Formats: sequence, structure tokens, C-alpha cells
Amino acid sequence: MKKDCELRKEKLPGNNGAMEGREKPISRRQLKEALLERYTPEMYEKISGSSAAIAGLGGLGSQIAVMLTRAGVGKLFLVDFDRVELTNLNRQAYDISHLGRLKTEALLEILKKINPYLEVTAAAEKVTAENAGSFFREYPILCEAFDNPEQKAILVNTVLDQCPKTTVISGSGMAGVSSANSIATRRKMKRLYLCGDGVTDLDEATCLMPSRVMVCAAHQANMAIRLMLGKEEV
Amino acid sequence: MTVNGVKKEISVQISLSELLRQEGFQTERIAVERNGEIVPRGSYETTWISNEDQLEVVSFVGGG
Repeated sequence: MKKDCELRKEKLPGNNGAMEGREKPISRRQLKEALLERYTPEMYEKISGSSAAIAGLGGLGSQIAVMLTRAGVGKLFLVDFDRVELTNLNRQAYDISHLGRLKTEALLEILKKINPYLEVTAAAEKVTAENAGSFFREYPILCEAFDNPEQKAILVNTVLDQCPKTTVISGSGMAGVSSANSIATRRKMKRLYLCGDGVTDLDEATCLMPSRVMVCAAHQANMAIRLMLGKEEV
Repeated sequence: MTVNGVKKEISVQISLSELLRQEGFQTERIAVERNGEIVPRGSYETTWISNEDQLEVVSFVGGG
């Protein structure tokens, strides 16, 4: 048994997720056909023809990226300057093998194992009021997934001001252990959706639970998919 | 005027930054839409509020 595992491991070709432990790679066509078992061709075309950016690859952003990749989104852009650490593992998509690595690189590896044909680019940089406009201008959807409220405000203000074609889906209020039912999606402005309970600050709640953070991330991913399908109402 | 859907009357014309201070908002953690348009952060001091304005103020909280 042990020998079998070792043999299979040797066959693993680097980062090519299509081969992941397999003799023959999963083809692009196979993945498309699998999604078409779940979606109508029209939905598939819309989602696979869409792109989104994700700012912040922590509890919200890493899970949003995984969900959008599973949903079959065509193109993703990921931004985070941080590295994976042990305290991330309670709610973020990473595992022990990713500790110490850039979140952009670790997440790229995870996403490629779900869809090797995903078009994904990443920047390991800090987002500021100076660079946010050029980072996100070309993306119709931006999922804001920072943890710091001042950083959230800088990003949302800059993008709404400088990126007239970008709609922002922001996460705000998912700390604590209140009911998951308190987390909702609200359309607060023409181009701003807010997901979360809107009030529970991490400083007061003192905890971040995987379940509640993922409920919020799922709200953000779901709104992104709805926008891709042309549905603007929450 | 309305702030987040709540009606308010102002007797003298005031700047947006003064109104936000009176309403107790933390300006470092918000985004403001006035009559459907985002107000750039650097313009709060020079944006004057009238009784016809509709303001939407979004406050962000920490965690992610």
C-alpha cells in the first residue's frame, strides 16, 4: 500500500492540477461537460465568460475564490501581500503544507487543483488608495475581503470613485457567534453590495468562527454569481 | 434630507464632514453616497448639504 502511494506521488507532475494523482489529465472538455450536468448552457456561458477580482485572501477572500472557481468562473484576479500562518487555518482555505507561503501562491495552487484551466492572475502587493484604481478598473466585479475596517473603506471609496464599471461586493460584520441568519446581502449603493450583519466588529466580538465567516463569504460569492448571470437584485 | 432613509431637517447649510461628525460616524471607516453618487473622500469638507439631499452612509466593521 505504502509503495503504491509513493509510486503515485512520483507521477505527480509539479503544479499541473489536471494530472493530480492521475494517469491521464482531466481535459477542459470534461470539466465543461461536468458543469453542464449542473447548469443550463446559458448559465455556463455567462459564468465561464465572466471575470472577478478578489482583494484580501483571508477567511473571506480565499473561500470566495474557491467557490467562484468551483462555479466555473472564467477569470480571477487575486491580491494579497500576506503569507499563510497557523492562525489562518481555522477559517481560510489553506492547509499545513501552505504555512509560510504567499497567500497568492498557495491559493493559486489550490484553485488549479479544482480547475487547471482557470485563467488566474495574482499580485502579492498591498492595496492602497494609489494603486487600487489601476488594479481593479478592468474587472466588472470586485469582492472586497479585507479584515481591517479602515482598509475596507479606503478600497471601497477608491474603487467606487475611480472604477466606474466596477461593482463592489464587500464583507462587513461576520465576527462572533451570533446566528448565521443575521448575515445578509444588502444593496447599499448603486455599485456597492454589503454582505454580513453590518454591525459586529472583530474588536468587540473577539472571535472569528469558520462557519460564520464562510456564510459571509458564500453571500459574497453568491452575489458575484448573480451579477454574472445579470441579476442585480439581492 | 435623509440619512440612511431617516428624515432630518437642517436649519443652516453645513458641510458633509460636519454632518457626519454630528451624526457620530467614524469618517475613516465609511463610504458616502449623495443622491446616488459616491462622494470622494477628499471632498467631505467642501460638499455642502441641503434639505433636498439623500445620503447613504455605509460603515465598515472589522473581520474577514
